[in-house]
Amino acid sequence: MYPSRFRYEAPRTLDEALALLAEHGDEAKVLAGGQSLVPMMKLRFAAPGVLVDINGIPGLGHHEATAGGGLRVGALCRHVDLEHSTVLPGAQPTMAAAAPLVADPIVRNRGTLVGSLCHADPQGDWASVMLALGGSVVAASSRGRRTIPVAEFVVGTFQNALEHDEIAVEAVVPAAQGVRSGSYLKLERRVGDFATAGVAVALESDGGRVVRAGIALTGVGPSTIAATEAGQALVGSSLEPDVVERAAELAAAVARPRTDHRGSADYKRHVVATFVRRILSAERAPAGAAA
Amino acid sequence: MTATEPVVDTGTEPAGDAVPTRRITVTVNGERRVAEVEPRLLLAHLLRQGLALTGTHVGCDTTNCGACTVLYDGAPIKSCTMLAVQADGHEVTTVEGLGTPSELDPVQEGFAAEHGLQCGFCTPGMMLAARALLDRNPDPTEDDVRWALSGNLCRCTGYQNIVKAVLWAAEKESR
Repeated sequence: MYPSRFRYEAPRTLDEALALLAEHGDEAKVLAGGQSLVPMMKLRFAAPGVLVDINGIPGLGHHEATAGGGLRVGALCRHVDLEHSTVLPGAQPTMAAAAPLVADPIVRNRGTLVGSLCHADPQGDWASVMLALGGSVVAASSRGRRTIPVAEFVVGTFQNALEHDEIAVEAVVPAAQGVRSGSYLKLERRVGDFATAGVAVALESDGGRVVRAGIALTGVGPSTIAATEAGQALVGSSLEPDVVERAAELAAAVARPRTDHRGSADYKRHVVATFVRRILSAERAPAGAAA
Repeated sequence: MTATEPVVDTGTEPAGDAVPTRRITVTVNGERRVAEVEPRLLLAHLLRQGLALTGTHVGCDTTNCGACTVLYDGAPIKSCTMLAVQADGHEVTTVEGLGTPSELDPVQEGFAAEHGLQCGFCTPGMMLAARALLDRNPDPTEDDVRWALSGNLCRCTGYQNIVKAVLWAAEKESR
């Protein structure tokens, strides 16, 4: 399979890339890891007239901790960089849990976190993780920069909030209001398959009590789903069993799965509740021991 | 670049000024190759049709199976999911560059010794993914091997002998 014909540009600076996007508008598409875009072009679901390859632009491959438990992830930071990161373990438990579960090991060598957010596939792992963490995306254009919360960045199935002249240059995890904990669980029939269901939980705790909680769901609706009420149910608690149960029920209630060859809608809702319970129960054990 | 350097024929038909071709230089199996390519040419096709390196197999053509795995600057990637133009200035290793008939790579020896293949279609990709694993982790556990090969599908073997083959190579290289 071949993509449709396109003009290929490989700018060496971000300014050049932004100028190309400003010039070509919605005819242009940005190529980073290409692990979703290239397959979509081969299947002719996407047929950009101009491909702007940003892989040669220096200064976008970083991921670095920021003050107070924050993190910045550049547009060319690959999944594999996060999987083998020395920055994430301990500091970003939800991200550290998700990194080895994204796609398969070979795709992880090319694909990027920021690209996954831009692709806005409801099956994408990073959108759930970033939504749970209250993260945002920094969009650059020749007009300037703006920061878009992930909750507003993912606007629908395969739809993001970028303007045609913008490049998502960074994903940002904000500082934490306490000690971070949480995890990411995904059920897949085999490595690399689309998720049957996935759950991201990101907690911030102070003195054994949850001060902020984010829960988000992968692959059980037309786009990534924020289980906002489920997260709020945890705030102020020490993850007591009845609170955990309530959160699991609330998360399952906002899932909008469809019955397909990966399982029935009921089954997927059940998996969501089970994953919420599993993650929160594992968190409760050490906290309880400390108290 | 010298003026007489041979340019690889990739079968590109002129598409007019709207879609200019690009001249790329790629180091393939240690050898510098120059090709004039249409931007939409996939790396797998440059290797197979342009360079006649048919050891790189195209299986699913949809980024699932890993049969087309090659090393790109030492890391395994799916060559059906990368444009040839993206390899400009980079190093690519295919199964043909892994060893020679008289001096096989230990991974290749392992696949022979442990009968790590049946039809052989997935084998080049498997061996390159395995090579990358051993370069990064010379003493892998069985789990490490299964994890590293989880992006490569085999429809014949059930993976058991493939895993044994990679562990055989690790053992040989540790001696």
